[in-house]
Amino acid sequence: MIQKTFSNEAGNGGNNVTETATEPTVPAVDRVIIRFAGDSGDGMQLTGDRFTSASAMHGNDLATFPDYPAEIRAPAGTLAGVSAFQVQISDHDIMTPGDAPDVMVAMNPAALKSDLHRLAPGGTVIINRDTFEERNLTKAGYDYNPLEEGDDLKGCRVISVPMTSLTKEACKELGVKPRDADRSKNFFALGLVSWMYSRPVEPTMDWIDAKFGGRDLIVAANKAAFSAGHIYGETAELGDQRVIVKAAPLESGTYTNVNGNTSLSWGLVAAGQLANLPIFLGTYPITPATDILHELAKHKSFGVTTFQAEDEIAGIGAALGASFGGHLGITSTSGPGVALKSETMGLALSLELPLVIVSIQRGGPSTGLPTKTEAADLLMAMYGRHGESPIPIVAPRTPSDCFNAAIEACRIALTHRTPVMLLSDGYLANGSEPWRLPDVDDLEPIEVTYTTEFNHKNADGEDEYWPYLRDEKLVRSMAIPGTPDLMHRIGGIEKEDGSGNISYDPTNHAKMVEIRAERIRRIEVPDVEVVGDVDADVLILGWGSTWGAITSALGRLRGEGHKIAHAHLTHLNPFPANLGEVLKGRTHVLIPEMNLGQLSLMIRAEFLVDAQSISKVSGQPFTAGELETTILETMNGEAKQ
Amino acid sequence: MTATMNNEVVPETKRADWQSDQEVRWCPGCGDYSILTALQLLMPELGVRRENTVFISGIGCAARLPYYMNTYGMHSIHGRAPAIATGLAMARPELDVWVIGGDGDMLSIGGNHLIHALRRNININILLFNNQIYGLTKGQFSPTSETGKVTKSSPVGLIAEPFNPVSLALGAEASFVARTHDMDRKHMQEMFRRAYEHDGASLVEVYQNCNVFNDGAFSTITKKDVRDDMLIDLRHGERIQFGSEGQYGVVSCDGGVEIANVADVGLDALLVHDETRQDPSTAFALSRLAAGPTTPTPVGVFRAAKRAEYGAAMATQVAAVAAESGKGDIASLLRSQPTWEV
Ligand SMILES: Cc1ncc(C[n+]2csc(CCOP(=O)(O)OP(=O)(O)O)c2C)c(N)n1
Ligand code: SF4
Repeated sequence: MIQKTFSNEAGNGGNNVTETATEPTVPAVDRVIIRFAGDSGDGMQLTGDRFTSASAMHGNDLATFPDYPAEIRAPAGTLAGVSAFQVQISDHDIMTPGDAPDVMVAMNPAALKSDLHRLAPGGTVIINRDTFEERNLTKAGYDYNPLEEGDDLKGCRVISVPMTSLTKEACKELGVKPRDADRSKNFFALGLVSWMYSRPVEPTMDWIDAKFGGRDLIVAANKAAFSAGHIYGETAELGDQRVIVKAAPLESGTYTNVNGNTSLSWGLVAAGQLANLPIFLGTYPITPATDILHELAKHKSFGVTTFQAEDEIAGIGAALGASFGGHLGITSTSGPGVALKSETMGLALSLELPLVIVSIQRGGPSTGLPTKTEAADLLMAMYGRHGESPIPIVAPRTPSDCFNAAIEACRIALTHRTPVMLLSDGYLANGSEPWRLPDVDDLEPIEVTYTTEFNHKNADGEDEYWPYLRDEKLVRSMAIPGTPDLMHRIGGIEKEDGSGNISYDPTNHAKMVEIRAERIRRIEVPDVEVVGDVDADVLILGWGSTWGAITSALGRLRGEGHKIAHAHLTHLNPFPANLGEVLKGRTHVLIPEMNLGQLSLMIRAEFLVDAQSISKVSGQPFTAGELETTILETMNGEAKQ
Repeated sequence: MTATMNNEVVPETKRADWQSDQEVRWCPGCGDYSILTALQLLMPELGVRRENTVFISGIGCAARLPYYMNTYGMHSIHGRAPAIATGLAMARPELDVWVIGGDGDMLSIGGNHLIHALRRNININILLFNNQIYGLTKGQFSPTSETGKVTKSSPVGLIAEPFNPVSLALGAEASFVARTHDMDRKHMQEMFRRAYEHDGASLVEVYQNCNVFNDGAFSTITKKDVRDDMLIDLRHGERIQFGSEGQYGVVSCDGGVEIANVADVGLDALLVHDETRQDPSTAFALSRLAAGPTTPTPVGVFRAAKRAEYGAAMATQVAAVAAESGKGDIASLLRSQPTWEV
């Protein structure tokens, strides 16, 4: 897809400032990382989202990281209520929202306090000065005003702007109530930052019209606030802050900016069309998976039924009922919901019915960190059911890749008659990137056949139907209710292979256990691809959303002359057939994961390789910078021994 | 005789056509046998197709029933059959979906799903085999067991009071609720038929004898010699009157109902049963007449009211959207957010 170049994704100091051809007065940088931080009520997610959209329209490559609190409404002005949105925009292909922000917007003291440590050395802080009064300072835990005293802001460039009062001023003549004017101050910040980075104005104006259409005063207030921010940049002589990030040389095509949950939902819808089957989503709301329900609920015209059940067990149960009836049954959830669904997953696998279980992982255990990311449910997906109960696992690597992964999960479920786990995470779910839209005609149809004829003769030579007669891939025959003559009963009690009759025969059970394992092994998955220095002694093996950070880190390390190979797993069960070969003979196999080493455990067990784990479990995704350092340390540490 | 459904001729069937080739494995004498027979006798009468009939069950002795019906079937997991059946019924509204479970299965582990299937009014027929005990796990008390009951898990007597499934169902807005018992095949058949004919969720509580772990639990009301005085037969449009000589009846009282001697109150004071009432409070009051099957207990249809059926409402909504926006197209879906060309 996009041509990979690894120029300077590193730290802040490396920006290549050059003159642009188009606007000679505005210098160009190759990339910039901006973080909008404020109170949950300040509309920072919206501000970040709008800035991202305008940048996407401008043609930048980009990656975003919404980082919001668990509380819907933590007390205003407190550290617990800080909501942030980080975006990296660039003139080349990037994989992550970046390590340290070059620019940070702090709408209140709490935002400054909680996020300033992330700022790159020498970075810029844009502060809403109006909020730096005693009450807010105290709420944020300051006993002084960092704008006036202390070392907090030392070494960074501070742009302190009375955003609230300037917004109110701009709204005054429009007759907007002071409270509504106050609410528009995020558009002031957006206007200012948009001016600094020469973002196109029209997309934002159009969006305001579309979003608040009919509420004229709100439209006017937001537009006035945006313009005030824009004008402030000009008049306050912030010209030296003004830079541009040029469009990235992306492959030609139609692009849209998409987050993981949206593209995953679209993938499910597409899979239904490719299989020519109605979709039935049975689900129960849980962060960060709920948006899949929201998105699919909009697509009834594609033959999508969404069923918001009484709990996750009913959600998966209803989906399984629909699958039994010949529909594409899907259930979506996050870790705690998977735990509840595990008994039904076991039933589905015993019944050998298609079912897709979408899990958007979040920090655990228990309620854990609902709004923060983690990828610590791999072992639960792999082994978290009773008995020998293998289930295929597919994991996307980027927000847009969720589309492909969803189709792949449905393809395996439908063609192999098995529950399949689609394992995404909170970081992919909410993060977004520009996506070059695929040509829909290139998507492979999914062949689904249901049995309509007798398939067996009994001892007397009479025709009968055996639901557990298998093909060469060990996929069983499936006749759906409504098919004349082929009536049969299935259930979770062990069945005789072939006839499907209840059987407690010990040898039959042993055989069925082996068949259930073997039929998952026989699922064809593409070989894992090795990139970078293919023959290097050091192999970084990743899965899921760590792909972006690993790819960026490796770009830097290889740029510095280190020889490293990289392989990324989309299929975690079964593993690609060539994986053993790929791991063989390496001095180091390093596995970065947002857990305490779950894939490492699987790799060590399966291939007897001394895989080493690089762990992060802070609720935050890896940054390329920290991976770079850790990989180096691990490589050197080993070398010293 | 042939019946017609959707203008197509349904071939005539016999009881034997509804019997599967699987060996029935309940304890000899178990009440489940007569329930199975009632179903297998009813099906030919209903004139339905075997391939369009699906039985879905949870876990328990009762839940083995689908194996014995020559239809499509799924023996699922403990308590979850109503949820699975909901998905199937929504996906395939042309099927007749029956749900089978015991009192432990439906009221204990699966209580939540039962409530929600009923309140949604999904088009499934739920048969709750109530033997007031856990049969399959060999004799622990269930939510319907009587206070003081000594079982393996309550060796010095059960502390809790019994749950009343009919009250629960009515409280959950069930549009069809009936009660019957395994000693009266004709009555069972009639209740099952009514459940089948009802549009929406129907719940039939069947008092079922577990002769191994709770033998005779219902004999106080179902034995031949006491039956007339202990079973209150609810019939739509008729006075609620019972007793070997019709000497008892049900009258309104303090916003509820109570049993009275006809001689004391006169025939005209007796309540006339109206199962179609939208307001379920009288049906609820009737369900409270007996705390368990020890005092005169109503059987028959408590409520058969019209309510919007969930699956049909969903289908209508989907059709309306499709009519308005046309059939979905993936290429346009992918372009539904702002796009740009490179
Ligand atoms: C998740 C789960 N918990 C517990 C059990 C064990 N179990 C099987 S049947 C049953 C009780 C069944 O009682 P009831 O529903 O009254 O049915 P009966 O056997 O009396 O017909 C229990 C507890 C199980 N199979 N699955
Ligand atoms: S244990 Fe009771 S309910 Fe179960 S089959 Fe035996 S008699 Fe019937």
